[in-house]
Amino acid sequence: MDFISILSIFVLACFVGYYVVWSVTPALHTPLMAVTNAISSVIIVGALIAAAASSGATGSGVAKWLGLGAVVLASVNIFGGFAVTQRMLAMYRKKEKRS
Amino acid sequence: MIAPVPPAPLAPAVEAVAANPWVSLAYLVAGVCFILALRGLSSPTTSQRGNRFGMIGMGVAVVTTLVTHVPVAGGLSDRADLYGETWNYDYFAILEILAAIGLGAAVGITTARRIAMTAMPQLVAAFHSLVGLAAVAVACAAFLNPVAFDIADMVVPMIGQPFASIHVVSRVEMALGVAIGAITFSGSVIAFLKLNGNMGGKPILLPGRHALNAGLLGAIVILVAMFTRDQSPWIFWTITLLSFVIGFLLIVPIGGADMPVVVSMLNSYSGWAAAAMGFTLHNIAMIVTGALVGSSGAILSYIMCRAMNRSFVSVIAGGFGASDAGGANGGAAIDRPWKRGSAEDAAFLMSQAEQVVIVPGYGMAVAQAQHVLREMGDLLKKEGVRVKYAIHPVAGRMPGHMNVLLAEANVPYDEVFELEDINAEFAQTDVAFVIGANDVTNPAAKTDRSSPIYGMPVLDVEKAKTVLFIKRSMGGVGYAGVDNELFYRDNTMMLLADAKKMVEEIVKALG
Repeated sequence: MDFISILSIFVLACFVGYYVVWSVTPALHTPLMAVTNAISSVIIVGALIAAAASSGATGSGVAKWLGLGAVVLASVNIFGGFAVTQRMLAMYRKKEKRS
Repeated sequence: MIAPVPPAPLAPAVEAVAANPWVSLAYLVAGVCFILALRGLSSPTTSQRGNRFGMIGMGVAVVTTLVTHVPVAGGLSDRADLYGETWNYDYFAILEILAAIGLGAAVGITTARRIAMTAMPQLVAAFHSLVGLAAVAVACAAFLNPVAFDIADMVVPMIGQPFASIHVVSRVEMALGVAIGAITFSGSVIAFLKLNGNMGGKPILLPGRHALNAGLLGAIVILVAMFTRDQSPWIFWTITLLSFVIGFLLIVPIGGADMPVVVSMLNSYSGWAAAAMGFTLHNIAMIVTGALVGSSGAILSYIMCRAMNRSFVSVIAGGFGASDAGGANGGAAIDRPWKRGSAEDAAFLMSQAEQVVIVPGYGMAVAQAQHVLREMGDLLKKEGVRVKYAIHPVAGRMPGHMNVLLAEANVPYDEVFELEDINAEFAQTDVAFVIGANDVTNPAAKTDRSSPIYGMPVLDVEKAKTVLFIKRSMGGVGYAGVDNELFYRDNTMMLLADAKKMVEEIVKALG
């Protein structure tokens, strides 16, 4: 993909983000932060590539260990972020059953 | 005489994989799932489904990467491609990666299960720091092994060893990624320490900090420009180091109550860091996510700033309440008369009321008073009182902090109202019950032009027939360092005690 196509995706995604986030109810702003935290850990994709590719001919051992370290950090965030969001959202749902 | 070295093969498998349209499609699906995850948060009823979309999207992205980047023993042998030989998978490396994911999952899930809801701001700050550090690690790995990321060409110079020359665009993306990631990391660590109480909430003001920050920022920009011409390691590592320093310096001078803005801002940065790495890797899922998270954090910062009537720049410049101007109008008011009430008085007033509006603030979170507060609300409802909760956007230490605590205490979310939805109702309210909030109820914000909080939208609690204000003692002032007009009004009754103890006593008196 060339730079301009990638930039186009990025700019359009910023607009999508703008409208989607304004529609989030203020009561759910904390879960919003938790879930955005979890999804920004999609950076694990880069970490996985670094961790897997290092045995290549030009591979550098340091790059591999950096990759593995990043996989651990991003995983903490992914699992922790989604789990804590789920926990918070479940508390909001309970109310609906009660009332 | 140096012997000519044949150029090393450029991992052909990576090229082949990148060209596969199914792979790009999978990442696109992941990106769309993330949009749906945020979309779900528009209402509590759809939010859990949204969260599941988020998990699915992440699963798709991770699995796609795992199956397209399986570690191969002995390097990405070009023979395997040319002669159709089977790949010789490096099972140990595969195991290492799965173990890394498992380790992260165990730590993450344990933390998420155990964390107290009142500690959510710290947790979010800690998670931000992890994203930042992961971004730094990925950017460094990409710099050290650019061929694996398919962002370099092999160059065979006339003299010397062949080396991987990183594409110029990728160099900028990589440098931005490492800089934003490092700022996110060190900034979030400071935010965590402040929110967790390891570090005082008072702003720490270094002399000449603006000049220092501007100088550092300028240096980073110049270094990034140099990096496009010369991919020397020292430039890359200096950018990384300076970015760590600037993240630290940016957050240190910002005080505790400005944390909602800081946490939102760092949330935004973690998104931009992911986006920068997405540009480096040409990965749609990362770019879409980065844009979503980046704009989400930016919008939250904007909402928080607007709720304090402060400009973003003034928050980032730091030092609110520590400035010399703040003390001037605080001293004069000390000897004014005020009324003190007891728990029994409060219980009586509220049980006789038609409508009670509860205004929670950070003090409620500190005292962990949300559960007993809900108990009080239930008892009042039994007496036929209408109970509502009014939440100021900056109450607490992060956006939506109070809502989560009330939800945890089983307060129905349709009893919880935002500032603009409930402000008109205070005039028809018999009792406004302020617990742990201060500045957000100060009427001086509407009338006193000299007040540092003038112009900040506040809850009109003073319009209620009676205001009950829980406060530890009369001495302390709110975060802004201003005395609250409200304390001395005829219709205000001060309940001086720890928030939780006071509410417990009211519950006893009601029961």
